[in-house]
Amino acid sequence: MRKILGGTLCSAAALAALGSAALAQSPATGDAAGGEKLYQTKCGGCHSLDMNRVGPAHRGVVGRKAGSAPNYAYSPALKAADIAWDEKTLDLWLQNPMAMVKGTRMGFRLSDAQQRAEIIAYLTAMSAKAAGGS
Amino acid sequence: MTFHQSPADRALSRRKALAAGGVLSVAGISVLAGSASAGLFGGKNKKTKGDPEADAALINTAISLEHEGIAAYQIAAESGLLEPAVLEVGVLFQSHHKAHRDELARIVTTLGGTPVEADSQAAYAEQIEAGNLKNQADILQLAIRLELGAANAYLGVLPGLMDPDYHHLFARLAADEAMHWAALKGAVGEALPQNALSFG
Repeated sequence: MRKILGGTLCSAAALAALGSAALAQSPATGDAAGGEKLYQTKCGGCHSLDMNRVGPAHRGVVGRKAGSAPNYAYSPALKAADIAWDEKTLDLWLQNPMAMVKGTRMGFRLSDAQQRAEIIAYLTAMSAKAAGGS
Repeated sequence: MTFHQSPADRALSRRKALAAGGVLSVAGISVLAGSASAGLFGGKNKKTKGDPEADAALINTAISLEHEGIAAYQIAAESGLLEPAVLEVGVLFQSHHKAHRDELARIVTTLGGTPVEADSQAAYAEQIEAGNLKNQADILQLAIRLELGAANAYLGVLPGLMDPDYHHLFARLAADEAMHWAALKGAVGEALPQNALSFG
């Protein structure tokens, strides 16, 4: 069992500030096909679609509440975070997860907006499949 | 099989060529791997800077990554699918990951945290879907994916570390993982990236 270092929730103000900054920028458009390879190379060290590894399984993540993947031992901070994963929240998360949820154990940042968009497009496509969509 | 207890120094002295692809020599790897030897990561009794709790949490996540890497090489070694020369390189790379784990654990302890423990070997086998590994080529491709992912993970986490000394450490860890990845790519005869700045 993983031992968890304590953490605290981010403030609503911090989250709002992040959101405001992101809304001021034009969102990048992602391509799911390109996103698959990026997902493997950027996220694959810790994550898989269907297995909880260093990080939780990602199939179905879009539309899911943060900290709710089955059988994964989240940090208390992420488990308590009131966040639903969608394109916007995932984009904020991948920019700087620690700024979004203080106390998370994920520190990986992806600064390239196009790469984030492609990975999110891929996760969205995989989540739609998980939900029985096309 | 005595995979678990191979000291880095002994592994570094080996001189057999890697059979697969004939591109990589263990001697060459040994030179590159010198930076991973224990004791070269930094001094002891370091005063903490920034946010020790946040840094310890990120470093603990890195330990989880190293645990998985160590287990993956162990599963590969025990599979019976590897040629002796490939196994020898796997032993070397696993020793690097053990050195990474030990140094990261030392830092977490210094910061007042508790280093995360490894899961069972069976749990790791499930996580990496070891049941799909049918031959040496499958294992090498898995190792390539994990090493690339690890290099990118270290580079992606580096900016979030509060103490700049850990930036240096994470860059060195990423360099080790990138070295493993490049060696494995050469061993299977795959081309290296055409563009610069492919990591991170």
